[in-house]
Amino acid sequence: MTQQTIILPTPATPIAPPAPGRKFSPAKLLLTPSVAMLGLWMIVPLVMTLYFSVIRYNLLSPDQTGFVGLDNYRYLLEDPAFWPSIGHTLVLIVSVLLISVVGGTLMAVLFDQKFPGRGIARLFVIAPFFVMPTVGALIWKNMILHPVYGLWSHLFRLVGLEPIDWLADYPLWSIIVMVAWQWTPFAFLILLTSLQSLDQEQREAAQLDGAGPVRIFIHITLPHLKRAIAVVVMIESIFLLSIFAEIFTATAGGPGTETTNLPYLVYSIGLQQFDIGIASAGGVIAVILANIVSIFLVRMLAKNLRGEYDQ
Amino acid sequence: MTTANMRQIGVGILGWGVALVMFLPILIIGVTAFKTEQDAYALSLIFTPTLDSFREVFERSHYSTFVYNSMAVSIISTLLSLVIAVPAAYSMAFFPNRKTQKLLLWMLSTKMMPAVGVLIPIYLLAKNTGLLDSVPGLIIVYTLMNLPIAVWMAFTYFNEVPKEILEAARIDGANAWQEIWHLLLPTTLPGLSSTALLLIILSWNEAFWSLNLSSVNAAPLTVFIASYSNPEGLFWAKLSAASFLAVAPIMAVGWVAQKQLVRGMTFGAVK
Repeated sequence: MTQQTIILPTPATPIAPPAPGRKFSPAKLLLTPSVAMLGLWMIVPLVMTLYFSVIRYNLLSPDQTGFVGLDNYRYLLEDPAFWPSIGHTLVLIVSVLLISVVGGTLMAVLFDQKFPGRGIARLFVIAPFFVMPTVGALIWKNMILHPVYGLWSHLFRLVGLEPIDWLADYPLWSIIVMVAWQWTPFAFLILLTSLQSLDQEQREAAQLDGAGPVRIFIHITLPHLKRAIAVVVMIESIFLLSIFAEIFTATAGGPGTETTNLPYLVYSIGLQQFDIGIASAGGVIAVILANIVSIFLVRMLAKNLRGEYDQ
Repeated sequence: MTTANMRQIGVGILGWGVALVMFLPILIIGVTAFKTEQDAYALSLIFTPTLDSFREVFERSHYSTFVYNSMAVSIISTLLSLVIAVPAAYSMAFFPNRKTQKLLLWMLSTKMMPAVGVLIPIYLLAKNTGLLDSVPGLIIVYTLMNLPIAVWMAFTYFNEVPKEILEAARIDGANAWQEIWHLLLPTTLPGLSSTALLLIILSWNEAFWSLNLSSVNAAPLTVFIASYSNPEGLFWAKLSAASFLAVAPIMAVGWVAQKQLVRGMTFGAVK
């Protein structure tokens, strides 16, 4: 089986190796701005978040200060909205991943076949990914899921059913549908790109051997897509962990806290209730969650950089 | 009719069905934008098209200010990211050392930090430096946010330049500057411009930082559209017109840059 899906270029051989023993290196000088800025961007806020998370810091009572140890974490964990918000975050990530990977794979297989107008149809499919999240949220909220005027309500009334108030009765699912609508095209585009690098001869050989489409899909297509699927899962997880705009626009975390995920909780504690300390503790927890995912992603990219998949 | 033909027709119907379902929400705003406010709620395709909603969007709100903010923030941050990233990518592609790969990975890993993890300090820093709700504030955040992608993409494009050409130029007596200006930039310009397109898309649609760091003065289109979510803003035709104008241009850019999107957003892990 070919592993041609993933090829990271290894750095080119130096054309002119930097003169040995020279203190002033232009190559280093060119790197400095990027490294310094990214370093500051990453380290300073992170250290501040960590620091704020162990002090008492509320913008509404600025006279109360001082080190409080893990109190902020305790308050956060005791917040009745905290565990549900972790639950919502995970349900949101897992559901959108499932919908986008399964949907994206099926659509990629479909669009790997020739049909009239395929190029234009493909543009239609990927379009939702380019819609700004706040626009996407409002289209879904007002025009599709609205209990009176929404598209679904029209359809329900057409077949004689009572329309459903999706955002009131199934708020988290409504958010999941909105987010999945935006991210399935992303999965589709990546999986289709990977699929198009699949060796046609291999598939034709399997066909000649009498393998049906289902067996070809399971034994040739899926193994080929394995790595691309892993990439989609990891990259989407990182973005989905920070889903905010859709919730902010469509439900403001409600009704109650039914669509409050971790980012929205941190926003609500920090920028609406002005408790910097507790919000920062929430930020630290988000960083830990993201790290669990990104360790795998970085490890995989590192393997690629070393060219382990280049046969 | 042969079975192969039948199959192609079946695949075509299925493919177009999927495409229309995915595109339907966008189609709805595309149609509603040209309706009057009264017609908007009917979801009917029979109506007299009008540009009234567009006119009202421009007259009643400071729509052009939001367009200006979106454009300023995405274009300037993209240019800044490229100006900072290209030298770094050049250095890593042509003068690599033992640390280069580690450095590149570290840069990519900064992209994996969740925005919410640093929301509070960035908000406070912006507030204390007067950058909250300012265009420069958003530009700084977007530049840093996109820098790893810019470095990565520029690096891969530089890496694809055949080394023989550069060596030949060097033998002909070209200095480093001539080499960059006459050889490297022309050959990598298509790649660098598609990098720019990708960065513009990402910053145009970015909504976490814009919602948290801007409200009135620096609000880009993402924030303006979000303001339609309150009940008194339920004007579908105007909402659609405003959304249509905000989405259409960037969608055109996205369609042009779809290949680069795969490359940039997966850090080259899928080609």
